[in-house]
Amino acid sequence: MKPVKKTQTRQDARQTKTSGGNFVDKLHAYRALHAHALFSSLGRLVASRFTSIMTITVLAIAISLSSGFYILVANLQQLTGNLETSNQISLFLKDDVSDAKANRLANSIRKKANVQEIKLITKAQALAEFQAYSGFGAAVKALEKNPLPIVIQVLPKNTLEDRQELENLLEKFNQEPEVDFAQMDMQWVKRLQSLMDIARRGSMLLSLLLGVGVLFITGNTIRLELHNRREEVIIAKLVGATNAFIRRPFLYGGFWIGFFSGVTAWFIVTVMMLILMQSVEKLSELYEGAFHLLFLGFTETLAMLFISSLLGVLGSWIVVNHQLQQLKPE
Amino acid sequence: MLKFENVSKRYPDAGDVLLNVSFHLKHGEMAFVTGHSGAGKSTLLKLIAVIERCSRGQIWLDGQNLNQAKDRQIPYLRRKIGLIFQDYKLLQDRTVFDNVALPLVIAGYGHQEISRRVRASLDKVGLLGKEKKYPVALSGGEQQRVGIARAVVNKPPMILADEPTGNLDPELSAEIMLLFEQFQQVGVTVLIASHDIALITKMNRRVLKLDHGQLVAS
Repeated sequence: MKPVKKTQTRQDARQTKTSGGNFVDKLHAYRALHAHALFSSLGRLVASRFTSIMTITVLAIAISLSSGFYILVANLQQLTGNLETSNQISLFLKDDVSDAKANRLANSIRKKANVQEIKLITKAQALAEFQAYSGFGAAVKALEKNPLPIVIQVLPKNTLEDRQELENLLEKFNQEPEVDFAQMDMQWVKRLQSLMDIARRGSMLLSLLLGVGVLFITGNTIRLELHNRREEVIIAKLVGATNAFIRRPFLYGGFWIGFFSGVTAWFIVTVMMLILMQSVEKLSELYEGAFHLLFLGFTETLAMLFISSLLGVLGSWIVVNHQLQQLKPE
Repeated sequence: MLKFENVSKRYPDAGDVLLNVSFHLKHGEMAFVTGHSGAGKSTLLKLIAVIERCSRGQIWLDGQNLNQAKDRQIPYLRRKIGLIFQDYKLLQDRTVFDNVALPLVIAGYGHQEISRRVRASLDKVGLLGKEKKYPVALSGGEQQRVGIARAVVNKPPMILADEPTGNLDPELSAEIMLLFEQFQQVGVTVLIASHDIALITKMNRRVLKLDHGQLVAS
């Protein structure tokens, strides 16, 4: 009896070797395991539709908030970016200065060596422009007289980069008797830019916070699923499953949640941008068409999907690892 | 195959559940562990499957010292043992086929090999043709046979059964025991924990009797 037993076990050992030891077979089996985990976790997500939709919606809102802020800041930055190049100075003339006087002043400024270009905006022009674009047309009509001053926009020569020279020029303009006050547009651009910087940092911080939120919401969802499949996990452990084997479907589950949240967030942001587009185009006219609404680009969309998927995987990884340490088969 | 050397297991709140247990189970041997409830039968099996670690002493399984096994080695150790439970521990939402296939899927076998082995295993326990059924559609005896098919599908050198007939009537219990004998005959070491004295007597095999954690007969 004994020798028979021995050959039997040896045969078994050989069989295990050929089926388990062949590299190509192993690779196929490994790929099959991954494919199975990928699709079974998707199937599970579909099977518990209601819960999945709730979770994904919450995550999508968080992601769309941060990417919405990102795109908002990017759009505003585009605005300040356009203004950045100009050293333009605006001269607001006194109310009693006539158009003819203004013209004379404009001509004298034009002749200055360090001035590249000037533009005179008369009271009537300013009013027309204001009525057309500001949305206060009716209110302005109700006024008895035109409250807008004559403006001369002066663009200094590009060589005039030196800040001190610009200040000197500004000072000279301020001393002209017709000028109420001269203002360097640059100044409010600078202020705007530092405001933009705050907004940019703020949106980054917000994204960070929301990212952590996404991480933990995914983690919690996966924790619940792990809890529901506790029995299965324990049985798998008892028949020799490694932690990697148990972790795999949950990681894919986290991936799907993150990925679908990213896709949903893209839709939310895009729909919101489409709704905003009309009013933004009006605004763009005010800026003489220099402004075009930026949507989430290809790279940004890709980055958003990547980050949200990564957060999903990471969230479930943290939770599953933590739970596997606590989960002992009993 | 399996060797216990002065093994003790102490739980902080329950004291010594096993005390100085020593025995040696040879390759292809079949034995019963018996004793009153709480005598330490289940704990003994848990130590072998490394579900628990012993507090003192040494355990060798298939030449390997279990005390020295690292956590990440445990899954591979468990693949050497076919575990069978009183409550069968089947996945209710999976078919019989999928339940039996689980150890093979975990071990990374290919599709065809899995299919072949699962059929062979189900054939052995007399359930061929019920692969597509779900556990709820089976009787208790059949469910336990699915559990046995799952335990042996990976051809482990050892089978551990914890009260495998605890939920079955005498007739079904005898059938299950017959199955264990068949596995033993092809060289598998079988260790069964049971308090069914009548059944154990009928089997006329080696009996490890535990009393309050101590081995009183071997």
